[in-house]
Amino acid sequence: MAGVIAAGPEARAAASPRRRRRRAGEVLIEAFLRLNGFIAIAAIALIFVFLFKEGVQAFHTVAPLRFVQGTELDFDNVPQVVRMWQPVGQNPKYSILPLICGSFLVALPATLLATLFGVACGIYLAEVAGRRTREVVKPAIELIAGIPSIVVGFFCLATLATLVQQVLGTEFRLNAFVGALGVSFVIVPVVATMTDDALRAVPDELRQGAHALGANRWETIARVVVPAGASGIVASILLGMGRALGETMIVLMATGNAAQVTLNPFASVRTMTATIAAELGAVPQGGEQYRALFLVGSILFTITFLINLAAEMTVARMRRRLSL
Amino acid sequence: MSRAVVERLMLGLVRGIAFAVLAATLLLVGSIAWRGARVVTWGFIAGAPTEGMTAGGIFPAIFGTLCITLLMIVMALPLGVCAAIYMTEYAGDTRTARIIRASVNNLAGVPSIVFGLFGVGFFILFIGRSIDRVRGGGLLFGQPAMLWAAATLAVLVLPVIIVSTAEALNAVPRSHREASFALGATRWQTVSRVVLPQAKAGILTGSILSISRGAGETAPILFTGCAYFLPRLPVVHLQVPLIGMSIPMINPLDQFMELSYHIFIMATQSTDAAVTRPIQYGTTLVLVGLTVMLNMGAIALRARYRGRPVAR
Repeated sequence: MAGVIAAGPEARAAASPRRRRRRAGEVLIEAFLRLNGFIAIAAIALIFVFLFKEGVQAFHTVAPLRFVQGTELDFDNVPQVVRMWQPVGQNPKYSILPLICGSFLVALPATLLATLFGVACGIYLAEVAGRRTREVVKPAIELIAGIPSIVVGFFCLATLATLVQQVLGTEFRLNAFVGALGVSFVIVPVVATMTDDALRAVPDELRQGAHALGANRWETIARVVVPAGASGIVASILLGMGRALGETMIVLMATGNAAQVTLNPFASVRTMTATIAAELGAVPQGGEQYRALFLVGSILFTITFLINLAAEMTVARMRRRLSL
Repeated sequence: MSRAVVERLMLGLVRGIAFAVLAATLLLVGSIAWRGARVVTWGFIAGAPTEGMTAGGIFPAIFGTLCITLLMIVMALPLGVCAAIYMTEYAGDTRTARIIRASVNNLAGVPSIVFGLFGVGFFILFIGRSIDRVRGGGLLFGQPAMLWAAATLAVLVLPVIIVSTAEALNAVPRSHREASFALGATRWQTVSRVVLPQAKAGILTGSILSISRGAGETAPILFTGCAYFLPRLPVVHLQVPLIGMSIPMINPLDQFMELSYHIFIMATQSTDAAVTRPIQYGTTLVLVGLTVMLNMGAIALRARYRGRPVAR
């Protein structure tokens, strides 16, 4: 005992430079990691600031109302209200309505299709498939998520568009519906994997309880498991819709790119994303149209941000409820 | 209808839809493989486009894709992983930390074209032009280049890497950290010897998936550095003074050709899209092959590490 006490100060003296060095290393590493964290956050924050800074400048030369609708003199010199996006010409028109219209005309049908297919896939993965099948089907669905959207866009343009026209007899070969089909293909894995996660988070006791009350497998799924995981499924659909609104290459290649205000899902449309992609390369930098495109980008960013936020809040609510 | 019939009907429907999705995937990949396989030869992969882009190979595009992916990895991966480690292991659970986490999560879902806007406005026009102004003498940095395209992609995959790394770190049970602290380990010792070894597989899988996402993106690079056709590879020969040799290096200030952009431009903007259809299918097959390989690698890696006790 005495020996141990005697050795104490010596040992501490020997260890202390090493410990101090270790402390210094510790502080350095933490500082380095913190720096990385701040750089990453700064880069991300910059996107936000920069996009809106450029976008708001569009209002310096163009009255805000002109982004809703413009006026044009018709043949009798009577001013007519026009809702067009036509940024090149003597009287440039910047109405964003046809673009928003186009975006939703693609995104809503795509989300609807992806909900049907994706939720069914999720239910299949979580509740119906056996362990063996699941081990094969799940990676296969995840693999879909890895297919670059340009590939899907190319497939829509080269093969699917002709097929759809032959089957449905649409007026235009490239239209919103072809785009929606392509986009839904890309977001099905998003919906499917998140639905799967949500359903698997539902505690087994609920299933056992349902079975004990005499419910069969489908009744258990439809009346117990799916309602319990509903917020997760809703979140997956919202996230899918955010992706659908932001999808660029597929809609650029497959929707025909005609900016018009329409509610016909088989019309050629032009989305916000496709407008930016098609025009940014050709505009003079810092000009009116350049800023208008940034404004379109800011609006797109805001819409998707809000949708993603809603999805996140829904997931958070589900976590709270399931942990109770 | 009896309950049993409804049950069998609905379960069959769900199963049918799941397999329909798989069939659609097979149809898409199959049709591309079928038409692409006839074009993809060694000459196609290793050759340059000839005869005004209507014949020849796509080597410059493959080279460009590899270069930009490499640059993107260098810029985004260490930064993203370190940032995620800081955010999950050091930052604690304050209000600010939670808000930052939520916004990073959210940014993983921002449309890729928005990053394209950012790339043009920030990297090329703001940073690039500023460098040129300070440097004096002509436009060099302030124009589309591989450097800016890679930087744009890096910003795009950064939140994805952070989110997936954080997920892998959070999967390590809290009790392991507490045990390590109880043994007197410092925070970094805990992170480097307890947390990271367990999260390694998850981090790697997530990183590969993010990289594959970046490698397949087109929208952010449309305006930040892609070229329709370049007669040369984006390579610069660095003279080494002592040995009198020159070492070829990627030139990050040059423009480049890229697979996905090649598909886009050949399918929509070229003068005769029908004549070059076979080339388009071949290019698509090569791109699908590259990304599917990356994805399968990630999935296989995860499957291998799953089931081990450490990886939960």
